[in-house]
Amino acid sequence: MTVHTATLGALRLHPNVAVRPEPFGALAYHYDTRRLVFLRHPQLVDVVHALHEHADLDTTMDALGVAETLRGPFQRAVANLAEACIVITRDSEEDRS
Amino acid sequence: MAPHENSITDGSVDDAPDTGAEQTIEDELELIEEISIDGMCGVY
Amino acid sequence: MTKLADQMKRGLDAPICLTWELTYACNLDCVHCLSSSGRRDPRELSTDEAIAVIDELRRMQVFYVNIGGGEPMLRRDFFPIIDHATTSGVGVKFSTNGTYIDTDAARRLAAMDYLDVQISIDGADAATNDLVRGQGSWDTARRAMDALAAADFGEFKISVVVTRENVTQLDDLLAIADSYGAQLRITRLRPAGRGADTWHQLHPTDAQQRDLYHWLLERGDRVLTGDSFFHLNALGDPLPGLNLCGAGRVVCLIDPVGDVYACPFVIHDEFKAGNVRDPGGFASVWNSSDLFAELREPGSAGACASCGAYDACQGGCMAAKFFTGLPLDGPDPECVSGHGAAALAAATTAPRPDQDHSRARARAAAAAVPVTLGRR
Repeated sequence: MTVHTATLGALRLHPNVAVRPEPFGALAYHYDTRRLVFLRHPQLVDVVHALHEHADLDTTMDALGVAETLRGPFQRAVANLAEACIVITRDSEEDRS
Repeated sequence: MAPHENSITDGSVDDAPDTGAEQTIEDELELIEEISIDGMCGVY
Repeated sequence: MTKLADQMKRGLDAPICLTWELTYACNLDCVHCLSSSGRRDPRELSTDEAIAVIDELRRMQVFYVNIGGGEPMLRRDFFPIIDHATTSGVGVKFSTNGTYIDTDAARRLAAMDYLDVQISIDGADAATNDLVRGQGSWDTARRAMDALAAADFGEFKISVVVTRENVTQLDDLLAIADSYGAQLRITRLRPAGRGADTWHQLHPTDAQQRDLYHWLLERGDRVLTGDSFFHLNALGDPLPGLNLCGAGRVVCLIDPVGDVYACPFVIHDEFKAGNVRDPGGFASVWNSSDLFAELREPGSAGACASCGAYDACQGGCMAAKFFTGLPLDGPDPECVSGHGAAALAAATTAPRPDQDHSRARARAAAAAVPVTLGRR
């Protein structure tokens, strides 16, 4: 099942996820699910950290000046992160807990 | 695709001669890779 | 080999996870014990030193630590140590024979967050298991599993070292795990510790390895392996995991006296990187040791260079080669293409594990293995 980021609205990094910078981008570890994910582009990491400050993913990418050629890959990446609960919708149950 | 067919003529960006940058983006289309925390050899 | 795996091979600024043996003390005498455990080493890290290690792991953003031994629950400060870890942002999985998981302990563990428990067995019945782990050890392990289930612990892990004797029991082992809602984990037997004496009799045959590979391919989403079977990838599609030797690159071992080794299966001076008691602590060892710098250099395929399977199998396991006397830049002793068998025939001597914490009873049991496992 693919999550379509356009339908997710306001997003944020899950509070129980640790993001550790690496030369290739970052390692993200979800302490509750024990899932470990490699984020393979440094600007993607910036986007993930900035999500909570913006209305949605597209606005976040606008604010960070993400190039057109990267938009599609970043949307797919954030969809994957949402499926893994690394990224969650704001004002969701997870967000409030 | 026939050997003599011109791969540039269909107008698709993907068939344009690869620059280094495009090649990188194509290669890194999978920007998320998940590995199990148990997927590293050398642990109990 | 993906580009990501190439980056992993060059090492990271901190391990992603690591193994930490808390003590060499153990109440069992398993014939294949990778740490030759039994008697406590009097130089064990103190409680304060253990807490300091956890604090360092936290600063380095190590996500997860695999605690073992010996039998880690034999440390009197076991609960304070794991409690400090799990409340400090370092997830814990500990590996145990289950002797000390009674009703009270099970409830205490069930109440903790960010904690995984792994019960060790080596067979799907008492007969098979106890040959390796000692009489009564099966019953003990099952009691611990029952206690965890009764305490609503949730999904725990059952970990099995694959041997010639239990490789035919994989479906039964999975059924046992399913019956508890637990997750099965099967790992490779390495000729380490007391395993050096019993590996030749216990390791799976070539035909059994092929069966094992196909069994894992079908169940990769349900069964964990600790990525310990990547040498089997030469047989076809890769099994799930990073599929490379993580030693000194993404993982390492901290032993009970604070020595840092490349991985738990190479407890030998050749693979010792330093000690957490050295100035600069664990971080300094991880970042600056000569051994780890060497392991992070691109390796050469050596004798395997002309083999088409090298990209898939990476030449196999460093520990398996070292303790069977094979060169590290050549085939794994269990190379699925048979190159290891030829190399083994030519091997003259093999390094001995240079630490032995075994009790006398354990040495005798290991020596008796050809007799006790003679049934066919």
